[in-house]
Amino acid sequence: MIGASRQEGMMQRLLVGRMFQGRLVPDSMRTEAGGRIDRARDLRFRFDGVDYLGCEGDTLASALLANGIHLVGRSFKYHRPRGILSAGAEEPNALVTLRRDGGRTTPNLRATQIELYEGLEATSQNRWPSLSTDFGALASLAAPLLPAGFFYKTMLGPRGWKLWHRLFEPLLRRGAGLGHAPTQPDPDRYARYHDHCDVLIVGAGPAGLAAALAAGREGQRVILCDEQAEPGGTLLTEIRALVDGIPAREFLARSLAELSAMPNVRVMPRTTAFGLYPHNHAGLAERVTDHLAAPGQDLPRERLWQIRAARVVLATGAIERPLLFPNNDRPGVMLAGAARDYLLRYGVKVGNHVVIATACDSAYLTALDLAAAGVEVKVVLDLRSSAEGPLPEAVRKAGIPILTGGRVLGTHLRRLRLDSVLLGRADGRTRWFDCDALLVSNGHTPTAHLAAHARAPMHWNDTWGAFLPGSIEGVASIGACAGATTLAEALAQGAALFAAVPPPVEAELPIAPAPGTLQGAETGCVFVDLQNDVTAQDIRMAVGEGFRSVEHVKRYTAGGLGTDQGKTGNMALFALTAAASGLAPAQVGTTTFRPPYTPVTFGTLAGPARGDLFDPVRTTPLHDKAVAEAAVFEDVGPWKRARYFPRKGETMHEAVAREVAATRATAGMFDASTLGKIEVMGPDAAEFLNRLYVNALTGLKPGSCRYAVMLSEAGFVMDDGIVARLAENHFHVTTTTGGAARVLHHMEDYRQTEWPDLRVWLTSTTEHWAVIALQGPKAREILIPLCEADISALPHMAVRDLTIAGAPARLMRVSFTGELGFEVNVPARHAPPLWDALRARLAAIGGTLYGTEAMHVMRAEKGYIIIGQETDGTVTPGDLGLPEGRAKPDFVGKRSLTRPDMLLPDRRQLVGLLTENPAVMLEEGAQLVTEASPPPGTPALGHVTSAYHSPALGRSIALALLAGGRTRLGQRLFVAGPRGGIAVTVAPPVFLDPEGARLHG
Amino acid sequence: MRRFSLATLLREALRGHTGWAPQWRDATPKPAYDAIIVGAGGHGLATAYYLAAECGVRNVAVVEKGWLGGGNTARNTTIIRSNYLWEESEAIYEHSLKLWEDLSHALNYNTMYSPRGVMMLAHTVHDEQVLKRHIHANRLAGIDNEWLSPREAQEFCPILNTDPALRYPVLGAALQRRGGVARHDAVAWGYARAASALGVDIIQNCAVTGIRRGADGAVQGVETERGFIAAPQVGVVAAGHTSVLMAMAGVRMPLESFPLQALVSEPVKPVMPCVVMSNTIHAYISQSDKGELVIGAGTDVYTSYSQRGGLHIASDTLEAICELFPTVRRLRMLRSWGGIVDVTPDRSPIIGTTPVPGLFVNCGWGTGGFKATPGSGHVFAHTIAKGTPHPIAAPFALDRFRTGRLIDEAAAAAVAH
Repeated sequence: MIGASRQEGMMQRLLVGRMFQGRLVPDSMRTEAGGRIDRARDLRFRFDGVDYLGCEGDTLASALLANGIHLVGRSFKYHRPRGILSAGAEEPNALVTLRRDGGRTTPNLRATQIELYEGLEATSQNRWPSLSTDFGALASLAAPLLPAGFFYKTMLGPRGWKLWHRLFEPLLRRGAGLGHAPTQPDPDRYARYHDHCDVLIVGAGPAGLAAALAAGREGQRVILCDEQAEPGGTLLTEIRALVDGIPAREFLARSLAELSAMPNVRVMPRTTAFGLYPHNHAGLAERVTDHLAAPGQDLPRERLWQIRAARVVLATGAIERPLLFPNNDRPGVMLAGAARDYLLRYGVKVGNHVVIATACDSAYLTALDLAAAGVEVKVVLDLRSSAEGPLPEAVRKAGIPILTGGRVLGTHLRRLRLDSVLLGRADGRTRWFDCDALLVSNGHTPTAHLAAHARAPMHWNDTWGAFLPGSIEGVASIGACAGATTLAEALAQGAALFAAVPPPVEAELPIAPAPGTLQGAETGCVFVDLQNDVTAQDIRMAVGEGFRSVEHVKRYTAGGLGTDQGKTGNMALFALTAAASGLAPAQVGTTTFRPPYTPVTFGTLAGPARGDLFDPVRTTPLHDKAVAEAAVFEDVGPWKRARYFPRKGETMHEAVAREVAATRATAGMFDASTLGKIEVMGPDAAEFLNRLYVNALTGLKPGSCRYAVMLSEAGFVMDDGIVARLAENHFHVTTTTGGAARVLHHMEDYRQTEWPDLRVWLTSTTEHWAVIALQGPKAREILIPLCEADISALPHMAVRDLTIAGAPARLMRVSFTGELGFEVNVPARHAPPLWDALRARLAAIGGTLYGTEAMHVMRAEKGYIIIGQETDGTVTPGDLGLPEGRAKPDFVGKRSLTRPDMLLPDRRQLVGLLTENPAVMLEEGAQLVTEASPPPGTPALGHVTSAYHSPALGRSIALALLAGGRTRLGQRLFVAGPRGGIAVTVAPPVFLDPEGARLHG
Repeated sequence: MRRFSLATLLREALRGHTGWAPQWRDATPKPAYDAIIVGAGGHGLATAYYLAAECGVRNVAVVEKGWLGGGNTARNTTIIRSNYLWEESEAIYEHSLKLWEDLSHALNYNTMYSPRGVMMLAHTVHDEQVLKRHIHANRLAGIDNEWLSPREAQEFCPILNTDPALRYPVLGAALQRRGGVARHDAVAWGYARAASALGVDIIQNCAVTGIRRGADGAVQGVETERGFIAAPQVGVVAAGHTSVLMAMAGVRMPLESFPLQALVSEPVKPVMPCVVMSNTIHAYISQSDKGELVIGAGTDVYTSYSQRGGLHIASDTLEAICELFPTVRRLRMLRSWGGIVDVTPDRSPIIGTTPVPGLFVNCGWGTGGFKATPGSGHVFAHTIAKGTPHPIAAPFALDRFRTGRLIDEAAAAAVAH
């Protein structure tokens, strides 16, 4: 026979040779006919720089196999050459990087799940310089020194040398990892959908289809999803059985046609249900364009579906397990079921001369079908002591020898491809068989991942040698994942869920489940987790070292922690752990099944929330006005706020100084629309607010406003604002910009849970009202001509409803600058024209627009606090010199204010600071100390909360929280800095107009 | 305890790795101990280790409902730093960081402590003020923490997007170079091995079902699934389930338990050299030595003891991650999981004595307890051994919720731990 690897090498040369003539030879391992590919449509693709041909309908794996290529990857730790093990989502080995144009590079994709398209370009990973010559494989030589967890025991170096961090970790990190992350931003887009249904069925194999047909015919709203491009599951390879009197594959086509004709049913191929979350909330990832050669710009790459289902039906099938034997990881070793899939679905022979080794009847089907396709099946080795029943009989009849009770003792590699296997017979004799593929089966593991996410109990089943999911409310498992062993049983379970009659099945060759075996794992290099290079010896060693819980073994060995999450290897890991601990597998249990079932693209989960759609900006109704005035904006919570309005060539400092000066001299106008606003109504509204705020509010007269402070339960200042009483039962309450949502939640929390007896209703009106603040000695002058009522006598802290410039307005005389001032609330749509009207009057009078920075400066000159700047969740109203509500019997936080620590004289209190050098600006957050150069570890006396240049004072000012601050007025302290201390004098926090003459003017 | 070293590894390699002894004894309970620690997570095991190694209390049992190191120790994103705001916090986290620096050698177990730098991003003027306040406070305390410009931040983490046009642009960052990560499991195993070698009994799969108190009110021991175990001193270190255990002794704890989620990507070659945290848009990320991007998500809004949370929590975090690091958008989430965090009203831990004589508690570490593991265990061990709080632990007394002497890191800075 010709060695497969030589054949492969010859072919590669042939291909390269033909390339110069611009043509490729067709795939040599393709059968003459059969499979579900479109042979008329050749697709050219490239793997590791070599061009090949495949067919429409191929996966990358089937196309490579059609070209005789098994070697596709290198293992994580030892860089051992690895081939394609499976034909599906469970693949541990065949990981590649796909490249498209631009930033469309995706590492770690399973070749078994990549649909082939024209021009596909894939490269192998974790090897240097090439897949066939990988220096990383030198790690194999050191393998005895690199057992599970070796790095916990060494790589420290002498104490104090930090060799782990400096030397060993960088080395290890470079060696680890699989593919390379992309280096360009991803240009693709992703969509996010929410949906609900009566029945979500996961898996469109026979059980899922039967359930979908039954539920759909009942009129239920059904979503049927399947991770594969073509729904059907095992029906796709069922070539013998008749269902409902017709061949199974015709039944499949007929069923899909019927389902697609039902308006109440949606079939979603290429859609992986990756997680089942609380209350039947399922996460589905739909691949929309990855299989297209030229994806349209109008399509997202993937869609995330979040589906809430009244009932979830899991029909997720079962995954074949590989056998354990020395060097069981060679390219050319493949699951028997996968080899059959490649033959029947893709028309690909995975070898010309194969050996089959099995502990399960299913591999006999592979033997029969491969032999029928002209593959030489040299021998079927059954590890069990006997091989009886219709399947072995059929195999014998086909002239294929069967060896029972034997073992696989080893494999031989030639040019990185399996070329022979050593089989041991029950009588002890051994023999090498030349072959180009070894097809193995060790039974099947029901795919219980989603059931486990939903916290279904897992029950050990001796017949399957695996755990089967129990049922929980709203979640049913059917078909192979629930232990169904035949097609008839799977169909029956699906139909039974909806009390339907299943279609009859004839001529099925039934396969009994098999418990699998650990025989062969005793000695040698036996891989349990192929991706992470975890061997049976590693597991025994871990158990020997006291790692008894499977979770410990998983973590110590990294078994099951690969990108396949141990889909093929975990049962062996559990069983070996049990065996090494002297326990039954049922006692050992499983590790936690963690979502997602297969990896989900970050972009899919992040969805459309990128760029402008990531936490979309909130803008006020006057935003465009500010833009037109060349404002510089800042982010405040979710809002964009105008920070200052620079004139040409002005710095921020200059602009702010001008805005402050003009406002104090004439008038300034400011967009305060971002303030939170809550309408509080009801007979108990006053009582409600009185309980929530420190300040007395029951006595507030209609038409009046009051500044009010809200505390947390712990007695600390949480928010502040204006409470305006419009009528006996009607209040307009403002909050800070950032606190709007928090305060409403806080209010609702108390209203609903603590005081449900109070008759009060809350409505957020933040978006309803735009707010224009007019501040300055000429504010009234500007406003009066526009008001359709006399406001000349409106006192400070009064509120009136009236019409201003034709707009229904709520006018408050309030000030956050220390100047005579108004805040005009108008419905959002009226704001722009009112702004224009006021803007014109402002300009005529020599006033200015000002932004948040000038607002900050002016309020600091007056010693007004800003929540989040002068407060930090540890500050009481007393600390700020604000009323503490002593006269009020109760309010939220009052009791906390009486705790001993709240009454200490050395609490940090709000003060002003004046630097000795008036030109020196302090830095906000800097710490206050008594010495100019305090030694490390010196406790701070407080910190600078705000620091500005004050145009009014013509010098720097600062506010600070200082221990016992009010007793330290006049003291000289230092603000610690990286270049020594800055001398300051403690002053009262009000720098300007402490009597409030300007305010009441 | 047989020392681990390259030499032992070589020797065992020659014997086919068949000669390794269990790293800790899987003990069965004795009738009585001098002290019982409830909860074999990192903090509990560290407590037992320091009791035995430093306080001379070796007749100690650590009683664990499941498997050791299986709770939040095994589920967190392993961020280590000490650049906290308040002096009390600075003291305990810096104490811990200093222990981290020598921990692998002290335990003879490579905990893979990797001081690769923890960078906290500022996206708004307010963020900048908050982080700079931390830097000022830390400088005074002698703790390293420095301000980076956006360009310096990008140099420190090249895949960070510092485009000023970002929705939340990076305005700068606070960097603690000594901060980093460690291998969480190794911390639990290292402490377990060292404690066991000193005589501590680690008793797994043994849930505590009651805390027995005498007529005088003092603790007498714990009822367990495997019978009563007597001890005059019991320390409860049970994270999200502490309130349930303390209720057994009649102590109501000011704790709320929430599911907190984390996730990892598929492994890729090194791309993220440091730890990056953004509190404003909620993203915490580093890369494990195995190559996975390790990403911390948020807590669910509702309290729960179920170790899983909603899908939207992971989605929200990935939105932020993909904005900050646009080249990772095509990478894929490999695993996600949840743990139960115990949260106090001021988001700082509770360490110390309780109203019940002989009963001690160490809990409330919320979302940031891993970094404190060595320091927490150390001061708690001293507290149990002496019966009075260690000076570093004293400010974290349960009593502070009565006195009002809160240590509010989260409210102070809107900074998650």
